[in-house]
Amino acid sequence: MSFIGRRAFFSLGYRLHGKNNGISFARGLSSYSSAESGSKEHIDDLVKKDDIVIFIKGVPEQPMCGFSNAVVQILRMHGVEKFGSYNVLDDDSLRQGIKDYSSWPTIPQIYFKGEFVGGSDIMLEMHQNGSLVEELQNLGIRSALLDGEKQ
Amino acid sequence: MADAQVQRTNTLEVINESNMHNVPKGSESHFKVVVVSMDFENLSLIKRHRMVNDVLKDELAGGVHALSIQAKTPSQWSQNSSVSQSPACLGGMAREMANNKS
Repeated sequence: MSFIGRRAFFSLGYRLHGKNNGISFARGLSSYSSAESGSKEHIDDLVKKDDIVIFIKGVPEQPMCGFSNAVVQILRMHGVEKFGSYNVLDDDSLRQGIKDYSSWPTIPQIYFKGEFVGGSDIMLEMHQNGSLVEELQNLGIRSALLDGEKQ
Repeated sequence: MADAQVQRTNTLEVINESNMHNVPKGSESHFKVVVVSMDFENLSLIKRHRMVNDVLKDELAGGVHALSIQAKTPSQWSQNSSVSQSPACLGGMAREMANNKS
């Protein structure tokens, strides 16, 4: 399908199905998703699936934004291996949905036990002032930085 | 959303960091704001950031793509008035522009 053909197909699909029956095409050409991925119910599920959940641009192995990368690197520094990560660049509905969910206009977003913690500035400050170590402790995770200090 | 408002501002710095990103010359897309205000006293970081986001909601809904916030009280600012460096761009903006998104 040609570039123009694809675009016409998507906009036609969007008009035919409307927004409310659960089928809609995202505006972008390279990414599309069902309307549910950005719904409150779906995001509720995602943020509670793991103790730590992040919504970033890109994937932890290759973040596509410096702020998203900062969040991943801070978690790594504390030895946190297990966390849920969702790439908003792959899903326009999720990208908008997560902003609405937390009433927070920017990505990345971090959640501990389903609760919104903040964005990369807040994560960085929590890392710098030591409160992240405590927050991780509350999640039952021992920060690797504590072990580093002992040695 | 924010129930409090930033009324008293001691220091306000707005830094255009767009040139750190893959955007056309002269762009106004990536910003850092440093706000020092008594109104942040006894408020969590998340509440402070919400207050700043609220002031800038029209800009964020429009052309502003990234906003880094440092929100401090005057006493915090007098102890440490360094402004942290924003991380380097990792190319996501180029992909987003290619996808025709803001």
